[in-house]
Amino acid sequence: MKPGRKIEEKIFRGLMIFSTYFILAILAIIIYTIFHKGMKSLTWAMLTQIPKGGYYYGKEGGILNAILGSLYLAIGATCLAFLIGLPVALYMNVFLVRHKKVVAFIRFLLDLVWGIPSIVYGAFGFSMMIFFGLQTSLLAGILTVTMFIIPIMIRSMDEILRTVPTGLMEASYSLGSNKSETAFRIFTRQASSGIITAILLSFGRAIGDAASVLFTAGYTDNLPNSLLEPVATLPLSIFFQLSSPVPAVQDRAYASALVLTVIILVVSLFSRGLGKRYHNTKINF
Amino acid sequence: MIVSLMIVSLLPFFLFLGLYLKSFLLLHDYHLGNLLFSKEWKPGIGKFGFYPFIVGSIWVTLLAMLISAPICLLSAIHVTQFTKKHVLRIMHPAIDILAGIPSVVYGLWGILVIVPFISRYLGPFFGVQTMGYSILAAAFVLAIMIIPFILNILIEIFRTIPIALKESSLALGATEWQTVKHVLVKKALPGIIAAFGFGLARAFGETMAVLMVVGNVVKLPHSVFDPGYTLPALIANNYGEMLSIPKYDSALMFAALVLLGVSLFFNLIMHFFIIRFNKY
Repeated sequence: MKPGRKIEEKIFRGLMIFSTYFILAILAIIIYTIFHKGMKSLTWAMLTQIPKGGYYYGKEGGILNAILGSLYLAIGATCLAFLIGLPVALYMNVFLVRHKKVVAFIRFLLDLVWGIPSIVYGAFGFSMMIFFGLQTSLLAGILTVTMFIIPIMIRSMDEILRTVPTGLMEASYSLGSNKSETAFRIFTRQASSGIITAILLSFGRAIGDAASVLFTAGYTDNLPNSLLEPVATLPLSIFFQLSSPVPAVQDRAYASALVLTVIILVVSLFSRGLGKRYHNTKINF
Repeated sequence: MIVSLMIVSLLPFFLFLGLYLKSFLLLHDYHLGNLLFSKEWKPGIGKFGFYPFIVGSIWVTLLAMLISAPICLLSAIHVTQFTKKHVLRIMHPAIDILAGIPSVVYGLWGILVIVPFISRYLGPFFGVQTMGYSILAAAFVLAIMIIPFILNILIEIFRTIPIALKESSLALGATEWQTVKHVLVKKALPGIIAAFGFGLARAFGETMAVLMVVGNVVKLPHSVFDPGYTLPALIANNYGEMLSIPKYDSALMFAALVLLGVSLFFNLIMHFFIIRFNKY
């Protein structure tokens, strides 16, 4: 072997190891920065109070409005997306199982939609709102975010449902159940762990996205009372507090970012844990 | 079920139609080439030139890909070919978490870490006076944001390559790096291109994180240390005032339409690469 090759081999092996650890290190730095900066200014009052007068100039108050608003918005959108998404995913995998080309086309379409940036959904949602004469509101926010997470929801459920063995479907038919029963009773149970993962994944996306709610959900210092009122969201609250010139308010932005990151981390952990737990209810072939 | 399916399938067409109808007002009055290549952006007197934004977007996206692509490729090869299973077991949650962190948090991290780093160390090192809020800062943040996305696809792709292929190359006396270079990468090439393409489309549309660190100055950037402006940032920044100036909302919807078009175009092409990869 020529010596040059040996050196090339060494260099590239080194670069590969470097890249892998670089990615892990970046993650560690991000988590460290968020926790380090956020812990300092995170107080109990911040989590349990709504912004009082002059909050954005450094006065008393908290971000309860944004926390609750984000939760309402994300839960609402996730429920809606689930209600629309589950039938679609089941339909693709039970009813259309013989039409491979149609299913492939739907998957392709969903993947295309998945790639559309969330700001485009925001702009579209906004133009629809004006068209129907709606104000910025929780409802408009939920509808926009639903559009944005539906492809994520369906494709993740679909990936699990397509692994359900055909034998199970045939066994169900041979026992006399029809297609809907097979879909809703058998397939959902067999894929329950994947469905839960899909829901939590979509929830994480919904709560973290700012660009799509920027136009549609609005912003308010009050707690959300009805579907037709504007609602504050955590990402936007971070964004607004950060653009304040007062250092104390910027510190609160760091704390808010910590809250949001913790929510995301908890959701991510839950989805791993639940996924493992429901694995046991599966029938193995 | 069929109703839900219909709603979902028609969504992209509705998106396109809605945005097109909204931007029709602008397209009716101005020439398309004029809109895309004029440098003047003065909505107050009816001048809508998207060129600075498009150039800004392209700079930021390409630079981010330049940083992100080699790291992802090398790391994916390392994780799938040269390490034991437990490294992959650490990498998967790490990728999940990186992918889950919201873009606002990335933006905040960019302001806290990347921007000072550029203004204090990197700028002076190259002899440039800079605020730190620049194309380069946006590209850095963006590069990190798309890492989990690209890496995930790449790992999947390298895993589907049969191990016999690698083994026969090694058996013929090739070193491991030669095997990677001449066998694995060549085999996975359509898949690798597709992964980069998806990442590119994702980077092009990213809004909040870029908006927070790019500087938002409507000017053609001359170096990577200059502040810039991107198309998504343009839409997000001006939603408040767009109803007060005539045709402004139409112009912003046109920007959204351009974004939609670019994203659909890239994803469409990359799907054909994925199909080609699967055929081999």
